[in-house]
Amino acid sequence: MPRYFLKRALHLALLISALFLLLGSDQDARFQSLGHKVKCICGGCNQVLLECNHVGCTYSAHMRAELAASVDRGESDDLTLQAFVQKYGPTVLIAPTTTGFNRVAWVMPYLVLVLGLATVVAVVRTWKMRPAPLPAGGVPPVSGSQLEHFREQAQKETET
Amino acid sequence: MPQIGSYALLLALALSSYSLVAGLIALVRGGTGSARLSETARRAGIATFAAVVLAAIVLVTAAFSDDFSIAYIFHHSNRDLPGPYKFATLWSGQEGSLLFWSLLLATYGLVLRLRHSTDARLFAHASVIIAAVQVFFLLLLNFAAHPFAIMQGSLPRDGNGLNPLLQYPEMVIHPPMLYLGYVGFTVPFAFALGALIMRYPGEKWIHITRRWTMVTWGFLTCGIFLGAHWAYSVLGWGGYWGWDPVENASFLPWLTGTAFLHSVMMQEKRGMLKVWNVWLIFATFLLSIFGTFLTRSGVVSSVHAFAQSSIGNWFVAFLAVIFVVCLVFFVKNHTYLRSEHRLESLVSRESSFLFNNLLLLVACFTVLWGTLFPVLSEWVQDHKITVGPPFFNRVLIPIAMLLLLLTALGPLLAWRRTSVESLKHNFLWPAIGALATVVLLIAFGMRPWKDVSYFYSLMTIALSVLVALTVISEFIRGGRVIARHTGQNLFASMVQLAHRNTRRYGGYVVHFGVVVIMIGFAGAAFNQDKEQEMGYGDKMALGGYTLVCRSYTQEYKPNYSSEWAIIDVFKGGRQIDTLYPERRFYNASQQTSTIVANRSTFKEDLYLVYEGLNQDTGRPIIKVHLNPLVMWIWVGVWIMIFGTVIALIPNAVPVRVPAPVRVQAAPAEAGD
Repeated sequence: MPRYFLKRALHLALLISALFLLLGSDQDARFQSLGHKVKCICGGCNQVLLECNHVGCTYSAHMRAELAASVDRGESDDLTLQAFVQKYGPTVLIAPTTTGFNRVAWVMPYLVLVLGLATVVAVVRTWKMRPAPLPAGGVPPVSGSQLEHFREQAQKETET
Repeated sequence: MPQIGSYALLLALALSSYSLVAGLIALVRGGTGSARLSETARRAGIATFAAVVLAAIVLVTAAFSDDFSIAYIFHHSNRDLPGPYKFATLWSGQEGSLLFWSLLLATYGLVLRLRHSTDARLFAHASVIIAAVQVFFLLLLNFAAHPFAIMQGSLPRDGNGLNPLLQYPEMVIHPPMLYLGYVGFTVPFAFALGALIMRYPGEKWIHITRRWTMVTWGFLTCGIFLGAHWAYSVLGWGGYWGWDPVENASFLPWLTGTAFLHSVMMQEKRGMLKVWNVWLIFATFLLSIFGTFLTRSGVVSSVHAFAQSSIGNWFVAFLAVIFVVCLVFFVKNHTYLRSEHRLESLVSRESSFLFNNLLLLVACFTVLWGTLFPVLSEWVQDHKITVGPPFFNRVLIPIAMLLLLLTALGPLLAWRRTSVESLKHNFLWPAIGALATVVLLIAFGMRPWKDVSYFYSLMTIALSVLVALTVISEFIRGGRVIARHTGQNLFASMVQLAHRNTRRYGGYVVHFGVVVIMIGFAGAAFNQDKEQEMGYGDKMALGGYTLVCRSYTQEYKPNYSSEWAIIDVFKGGRQIDTLYPERRFYNASQQTSTIVANRSTFKEDLYLVYEGLNQDTGRPIIKVHLNPLVMWIWVGVWIMIFGTVIALIPNAVPVRVPAPVRVQAAPAEAGD
């Protein structure tokens, strides 16, 4: 019987340790993740909070402690970031949020890419559909295997 | 002494104004009588160079002679400043850097005006446009940002000194390189606008412009990466690129300049994209000026020194004038830019250039958009927001990967049309190589599914291998043909191949450099860091390394005092190095600076930063970064420079570039 309890107690201890470890690593990961979503407000350098290395920076240690405390209290990511915004202003977030007008910051580059792609495809199609030009000298056009042969020959000649 | 500098600047303004006005009158009037007037304008342009050089010499001499009666010297130099940094005072502040800009422009103008016999009329147009730009900068120097302004009140005994962050060897060459790039774009711009104004026949101006653009682009590339290396070595945050507005400002013209260098080939080979190319070079110059405006107006906040000033309005006005001039002449003469647009196939070199240009311009837009969005946000939402690295990385990394894919495909595509069979044949082995790289990296422990940054890293390396293999296969394929004909060995044949078409194979070498850099960037996904207080004998482990603090001490020098630690580095139980991270305190400016201790290998950088002393325990705090593959970036830059130099060498055998065929049917349309 004592052996059975000892075994159970050992399992329980292992389970609790694992939970603590997992919880700890999760909290550490959250701290790292959140610490890279806010910037240190010590100057105009836009440095990520966890990367600020300004000598005598009076903000980063304090901000890190605040972040760690928030993570320890189990507050959600949104709540933590919101608290930072309320205290330090919206510039504390290192990238635009995906809400309201800030969404435009994220959408525009992709919109330009899509519009640009559509334009290039349309341009290529238009240019491709234009009739083949006739040489000024009126040389009869060649086609089929003869044309392919000339192309290969020209390619070889120009490549080397 | 300051009076000489002031008069030299006034003289330079008078000369460049004469060069502009007389040159303009000569061009408008035309005829033989105007030739003499044009010649005086050219000579005035050359004399401008002498006057600006004199002003620059006076400023440098004032720095070396500690003439603190000049406010600029007081603010940016001090008695104990080492000689090379006293020289660098010339570009260390707002006024000096504008003088330096003017000096470089005068130098470029001198070269252009001395080579006027190449094509007198085209060069006369370009000379007038350069004189106009020169007048703007000299107006700024004389009336808004005077480098020879005199100190008010009693003469100070010593100066404030140079910003300690700038007291680093690379800082002596980084700004000149960057400025050579920025300023250099004035020359292709001047040729493009001049050719448009005079409806220049033929494509000769394109050949002249392309070479100037390549030289300028090479300088800008060097400048950007020297800046990145400086940031990595001096700022001590373990990174090399922070998407700061000033960094972005240098990247913008680089992107459009790169697009131009590619698309200009379409014009040379096929007579296409004439309007596009003209506007690309206009945009590149406008972005160079816009970048200067960004860094000096205080519109966006930046870590860089001359962010706050009142000269922004000058630049806005100048940008507006340039844009209007470009637009007016484009509207007036756009029929001159008729292009012969016809594509035979979507799978062709022409299409790849179109997509290449699209991606480069979308990247350019994204950088500009992200840089200016805080200003836009302030207008719309009444408050600024921060647009930092996560935004740029998330949007630009996929675009960069698409560009890499195109870089691999482009060289395999022939002009006009490529058969799918030929593409398959050429692409098969590089694709197998890239796929094998993916498999190998996963087998060696890379887990792309765990984090999106690991996925991007894996894809970047795989695509880089793909590009590298296509480049190598192009060299081997061409080299074999020459070897067959000449009996030389393969390497000698490849050298001869490159010499026969330096532009093409130099370009491939540049591409190879780019992929080496991209592999270096890919390593950033696996960066690690750790921070610890380290007393005597204390240990810290990171990656496979164990660091042991042997000692820490302080030192006093005339220019600065410093604190530093001696850290022994062990790997596998064996001592492999000793590093000395240091922090300096500069007496004159009362500022601190980090001297990073970096053990750099091809595999990774062990990067130590002395963070400071813990005031309670008196022990140093050391931060360690383990940054994989960073050295690849710097090696890649050297390869890019090498490739650019190759591309600038004249061909051993002239390459036959067929003139675009004139057509009877399908009349060409204006515009692109």
